[in-house]
Order: sequence, then structure tokens, then C-alpha cells
Amino acid sequence: MKLQEITQSKYNFEECMKCTVCTAYCPVLQVNPLYPGPKQAGPDGERLRLKDPYFFNYALKYCLNCKRCEVACPSGVNVADLIQAARIKYEHTQPKLRDQILASTDFMGKLARPFAPIVNRVTGLGITKTALDAMLKIDRQRTFPKYSASSFEFWLRHREKEQSAFPEKVAYFHGCYVNYNYPKLGKDLVKVLNALGVGVELLEKEKCCGIAMITNGMSDKATRNAVHNVEVLRKAVVDKGLKVVTTSSTCSLTLRDEYPHLLNVDNADVRDSILVASRFIFEKLEKGATLKFRPDFHRKIAYHTPCHMEKMGWGVFSEKLLRMIPGVEFTLLDSACCGIAGTYGFKKENYAASQAIGAPLFDQIRSVNPDLVACDCETCKWQIEMSTGYPVANPISILADALETEK
Amino acid sequence: MNANEFDVIIIGGGITGAGTQRDCAMRGLRTLLVERSDIATGATGRNHGLLHSGARYAVNDPESARECIEENMILRRIAAHCIDETDGLFITLPEDDLAYQARFVEACKRAGIAAEVIDPSEARRLEPSVNPELIGAVKVPDGSVDPFRLCAANMLDAKLHGGQVRLYTEVTGFIREGNTLKGIHTRHLQSGEEADFYAPVIVNACGIWGHHIAEMAGIKIGMYPAKGALLIFAHRVNNVVINRCRKPSNADILVPGDTVCVIGTTSTHIPFEECDNVAVTPDEVNLLITEGVKLAPSLSSTRILRAYAGVRPLVSADDDPTGRNISRGIVCLDHEVRDGLKGFVTITGGKLMTYRLMAEMATDLVCKKLGVDKACETAATPLPGSEESSYEAVAKKIWEAPSTAQKAMASRLGTRASRIRNNTPYDDALICECEEVSVGEINAAIEQMDVSTLTDLRRRTRIGMGTCQGEFCACRAASLLAKAHGCVEKERADLANFLNERWKGNYPISWGDTLREAEYTQWVYKHVLGL
Repeated sequence: MKLQEITQSKYNFEECMKCTVCTAYCPVLQVNPLYPGPKQAGPDGERLRLKDPYFFNYALKYCLNCKRCEVACPSGVNVADLIQAARIKYEHTQPKLRDQILASTDFMGKLARPFAPIVNRVTGLGITKTALDAMLKIDRQRTFPKYSASSFEFWLRHREKEQSAFPEKVAYFHGCYVNYNYPKLGKDLVKVLNALGVGVELLEKEKCCGIAMITNGMSDKATRNAVHNVEVLRKAVVDKGLKVVTTSSTCSLTLRDEYPHLLNVDNADVRDSILVASRFIFEKLEKGATLKFRPDFHRKIAYHTPCHMEKMGWGVFSEKLLRMIPGVEFTLLDSACCGIAGTYGFKKENYAASQAIGAPLFDQIRSVNPDLVACDCETCKWQIEMSTGYPVANPISILADALETEK
Repeated sequence: MNANEFDVIIIGGGITGAGTQRDCAMRGLRTLLVERSDIATGATGRNHGLLHSGARYAVNDPESARECIEENMILRRIAAHCIDETDGLFITLPEDDLAYQARFVEACKRAGIAAEVIDPSEARRLEPSVNPELIGAVKVPDGSVDPFRLCAANMLDAKLHGGQVRLYTEVTGFIREGNTLKGIHTRHLQSGEEADFYAPVIVNACGIWGHHIAEMAGIKIGMYPAKGALLIFAHRVNNVVINRCRKPSNADILVPGDTVCVIGTTSTHIPFEECDNVAVTPDEVNLLITEGVKLAPSLSSTRILRAYAGVRPLVSADDDPTGRNISRGIVCLDHEVRDGLKGFVTITGGKLMTYRLMAEMATDLVCKKLGVDKACETAATPLPGSEESSYEAVAKKIWEAPSTAQKAMASRLGTRASRIRNNTPYDDALICECEEVSVGEINAAIEQMDVSTLTDLRRRTRIGMGTCQGEFCACRAASLLAKAHGCVEKERADLANFLNERWKGNYPISWGDTLREAEYTQWVYKHVLGL
């Protein structure tokens, strides 16, 4: 008789050998003693929660969802998924107004865009920050991302014809940040891909990937977005046979892994076609495509691998692309969390922890003293710019700057 | 009166002995309990931990069924912190005869057990892990009970009522004058120290080992050792007890207990010589998994933590080779009446479920012999720790915002959780991370609950019972024990024993993750700590 050939458990929590490596790698535990740590909050806590949801611990909200515990785990336990899934299942408090505002990146973007210059000025004022701090508990020391007066979608739609002329095409999941805050990154991507002979098209109508909703107790809304997004991704991937690229490591991870793991939205038929742009570009170059770089481009660049890039194991693609640019003096920064974790660091109660987590990274950046920090994540960018004063750019933007333009 | 004289001596530190000591002590008797090992080492700690509704016995043994349901309701009141009110299902599978269900429900009703026929879809909703192919289901008031906690709480209450407990103390002989037992000769198994104790009544509450104790007094009780093997799974697959609605058979009960669930049992007659060292065989493991999967299919891919076996102290009524048809009924023997030996009582048979009733019967007999006229109060007085009805209520009274570890402590100790030291971060530090047991809780157990080894500590606190099986908690707890006992060398040996004992339970199911974990434990203790 074949008994127990394999043992399985949700998020592999029973594979945990209690080795505690995850705990050693958890950035939160090192600065916040209120957090039980990934092993306690994950596989250990799960056994108690299965006995009675009463054993759920509200301190799980201190988890950054950086997934470093999962990268560290030698037994394949999905520790961070366990923690986020427990929060989704058992955290029955209504998200605060503040968390709803922070999580609604899509909605806030739409709202702010028509008044972008005013909004940007107002959110930059000391008095606004003091008021937000007092009323909403959004830490006053934070710098808010600026909104753009015109959206990326608007810009690309006016170039549909030109883009469709390219022999090869990709779909671009731009995300809220590119659309509402920083269309330049999207334009840079279009520039680089066009240089490779690839045209860029929009998805039929993407919605926010939903990561901030997941971590802020709004998983219902996140699930609705996920269902919608998988549907439009399917149209691009299955119907048109396109790859989908992103310029945000977190959007990628969410579309690929958080949807099936945390929201139970099946994406098996599209998952493998969703890539961070640097991987897509690297693979094109591997297959023989070429890019021409400006001879006068000289930059000292320090690359920070975002946590979610570490989780996907794709930091290497951005690194290789940057190293490929002649005139780049490259430093790979130590693998460390910057501490912001999306909306986490904006919250007053997390500000100190957030800055303490990022401190070693900030110190290293200062000692490297680069011209520019490179990084594939927008919230890491805000955090590093605010905390160190060094400018931060997506590797795609750096690539775009370094390109030799024919005109 | 001398310090070695008592009103009653109870031999046996299982649940029957502990319950009897509590009852006797509550009726004002001066009691001594002697146990040659630790508490709950026999059948008490080696069963399902099922709080029977009695339904299982309703068809074949209505008397046991009635006793069960009555005690079930009593234990919910007096032992709240040892009990999990899960409810139970009796499911009919396609291979079972659905006609049995009607007979079963009828028998339950006659015994006073609330048995409600529910739709299979409702059963699947109540317990999502149940075999979805079920064709019938009956809901009954089963539950689960932690036998170690129950035993310790009874003994603690006996001590609070002035009782004395001597563990690791073996009875080497009886002090006899003519046809009257006057006392016992004992030897402490760790120190070798010998001592005599006297009492006008001696109660034999040794489970299957009561056979030998009776022999020592020159009396023959026809006991029937029936071994039952069980498997512990690493987490709760079910939150409702699942039984098969058919004539009681092998491996047809799956009980959720604390953070694990337990499938069992088998039933095999074994010779008395094997009672001290029962091992689980590969055939038994096969049978338990094969049958268990029929109750909850996910068991086929759920990590197994341990295998263990116990010996039921059945009293032979006939020569049934399976032992299943012997009544699980209580046997209370007045040896003065039965054998002409004064001052000796045997209380045996029965089950964990009916321990309180057994204790009451034995204590009634003891009191009659001593001429004490005092009513039994154990059915109404909560055990220490059980003064609140739920751990939520307990935790709410102690902490504003309890952590998981504090909630877990409240679930283990009940109201006594408020006495645990937690003034410093050190007291709050976790010794056992799987079950979340703190330094404060371990130290309290060492100070108050007669702990001499790590295995004793495990029975009182659940350390080493989680998925890591002592990998991380054992050495930490050993350091606390070494400190308390002032001896590092002795503790090193104890630590090795403890790990070997854990391995004994892992061995019959040593594959997959459990084997990986055991291997890892070996690296830690052998290669890192040099044990």
C-alpha cells in the first residue's frame, strides 16, 4: 500500500523545520519587539489559529510583506503568504479611513490628476503634513509622491498608431504610479522597447494591482481588481499571444503570485507571461537584439534590489542591464529592505520602524556616494530619496537616458 | 498521628487515582497518593482524549453510554480549562449500512444523549474535512479533553486540600496483619530511599497494573490488557470529532485535541509482560491511516507527528479475543467482601470519561469503611483553573490585549494563568515556540507540580508536543530544570532520555517531514551540542 507519499499543507506550513532562518532575516523583528516574527506569526501561529481563530494576533499587522522570510526559508514554506492570508481571514476590523486613502492609489490618482499642480503644492506644505499627521496619522516627516497633470494612458493612446507599426508588440501594465504620478517612466520604457523594435500597447483597461488593498484589510476590493485584471491580461496573453511587462517589481509579484496565493484568483494561464521589463529586455538582448549607447554617458550607479525583486529572483536582470551600459560605474548594494513597504512607512505608528529598517541601506548609499541609485520599485524610490537625498531612478529610465538617439 | 500515617493511601497516579485522591481530600480525609512513575503515564495519557458523549457505546453498552453523557455534562462544568466543546459527528459512508443509523439514534435517545440526524451537506459545512462521500450524519455532544491537564488539576486540588503526592515511588509490598492491610512498603525509584506508609484503607487505582498490585496482596483480578494504537497528526485537520456510525471498530474516531488531531484506535490483546513497553507496529500504522482517510481524506497527505499506544484496563467478563465486547463499565471491588481482605479496595475498568464517577464510587466505599459521612462534591466544584467557562474569559480578565502566547497560556492553565510571573521580558520569553510556552509557565510548573524530568514537564506544559518534538524547547527547558534542581550532569542525561523518548514516538512513522525534523534534531543535539 502506498501511504503518505507526499505530505501537503496550505502554504507548506508543515514543512517548517523550525530552523528560524526566516526570523533571522526578518527586517521588522530587528526593530520592533511587538512583532512576533515570521516563524511565530506564520507556521507556528497557524496551528493555533486552526484550533481557534481567537489565537490570531493583531501584531501580525506589523509584517511588511517584504517576503524576505520566504526567500530565506530552506523548506519552501510560504511564510509571508501565511501571515497575509491570516490577516485577510481573521483581521475583522474595518480599515481606517487613512488606510483606505493610502490603499486607493488608483482612485486618489484619478481624483488628484485634474488638480495636480495644486495638489502637489498643498501636499508639500508643512501645514498639510501637520494636519494629515494629526487627523489621519500619516507621518508628517513623509514626502508625498507628486501627481502628474496628464496620465500615461492618455499619452500612449495618442501614439497607438505609431506603436502598432512595430513588428513585435508587448502589453504594458503600467500601474498607478506611472499613470498618475510619473508618466516619464512609462515613456522611458516605450523609448527603450521601441529601440529594440518592440511596440507597446495598453491592456484593455487595467485596474490597480491591489497590493496596497491586500495589506490594508481591503481584500474584497483587491479581489475584484484581480478578477478584472486577470481577465484583461488573458485578452493580451491568451488571445493576442503577447508578453506583459511592468516597471514595478511589486505590481509584477502581485499579478503573478499574490492573486493565486492570497486572493484565490487563478492566473495559471497568464502568470508566466508577466515579466518585469528588465527581464524582458535582457532576454531580447540575449537573443541577439542590440542597443546603442551614448558614448558620453557616465554615471556612478548603486543598484538596490527591491524585496519583491529578490522574491522573484530577478534582481540579476536589472543588474546585468545596468552593467551593460558603457560608462556606468556599478555598485550592487547589500540585500536589505528599505523599510517603506508601500503604504506601511507612511503610517505614523510605523515611521520609526520604517526608518530604522532602512538605516543600514541608507548608510551604505552614503558611503558609496553614487550619482544615482537604481531600483525597480517606486516606493523604495520615495523612501531612499527622502531618507538619503540621493536621486533614485528605475533601471529602465537609466537605460533610456543612456541610449543613443538617432535624431 | 505520625507523618507517615494517613486515612487513605491511593496507589496509581493516573486519572482514577488523582480523581480519587481529590474526592477523598475534599471529604476531609488525609490522603497519600503514590505512583511509581509520573502522572498520567498509563492509559490516562495514552488515549484519544475524547470527551465521549456516550454515543459510541449507546447500542452495545447502554450503561456505559449513560455514565458517559452524565459525566460529559459534569466535566464541562468542573473542568472547563481541560475541555474543548467541539461536538461530534457519526458519519455513515457508502460502505456502511445506513439502517444502523436509526438503531443508533434510538439507542442514544434511550441513554439520554442528544443525537440529531443532520443532512450530509450540513455535516460537510460543520466539518469541511469530513469525507464528502458520506451518506448520513448524526450530531452528538462529543468533545475533547486534555487528560494530562485533567489529571494534574485533580492532583493539584487534592494537594490544595492537604493531600500528599509521591511520584516515582514504587510499592514494593504490603504491610499486613492477618487478613488486614495496614500499609505499604515503598522505594523511591530515583533516590532508592525506602519508606513505609500506613492507612486503614488502601485503594488500588493502577489501571492494568492493578492486576500486579492485587497479586501482591494475594488477590486475583481477571484483567484483560487490550492494546490500542493511535497516530497524532501535526495540526488540526478537523474541529469536530468524527466517528463512524457503525458497530465500534478499528480507527474509527478522529479527535481534534489542542493543536493536533488523533486517529485511533486498534484493539489487540497483549500479554501482561508487554504492558510496560508497548510499541506501535507497521501494520497498525497502515491500518490507522487507511481507515483514518475514510473519515477525513486529507489525512492521507497530512504530516504525522507521532504514533503511540496504550493499554486499556479491561476486566475480563468472557473470553472474547478482541476485547471489544467486554463492558467498559466501572469495576469497584471491596476486597473485604469479595476476598476477605480488609482495608483494600480496587477501582478499575471504566474510562477517562468516567474517572470522576469511579472516584466517587471508590471514595464512597472508603468513607463507608472509615465511618465518614460526607457527601461527594466533585460534580459541582470546579477544578483549580476551571472557574471561568472559557479561555477567552480568562485572558480578558488578565490582559488588556493578550498576545498569542498569553492566549495559549490561558487555554492551558485556565484561571491559574493569572498566577504566572510575567514581570520581566525574561519571564515572557518562549521556551516552546510550537505551543507557545513561556519561561514563567515552565518555572511555575517546576515549582508547583512535582516535576523531576523533562518528560514530566511535557505532560504538564505541552513542551515538546508540537511539530518540532523538542528540537528547540528541550535544551531551553533543560536549562531551567538544571537551575531548579542544581545539577547540570543529571539534566544532561535527562535531556538525552527526553529526546530518545520523543524519537520512540517518531520512529513508527519516520518518513517525510517528520524524518527530516528528527534528522535536524539529531544534528542540533549530537553535532552542535555534543550530546
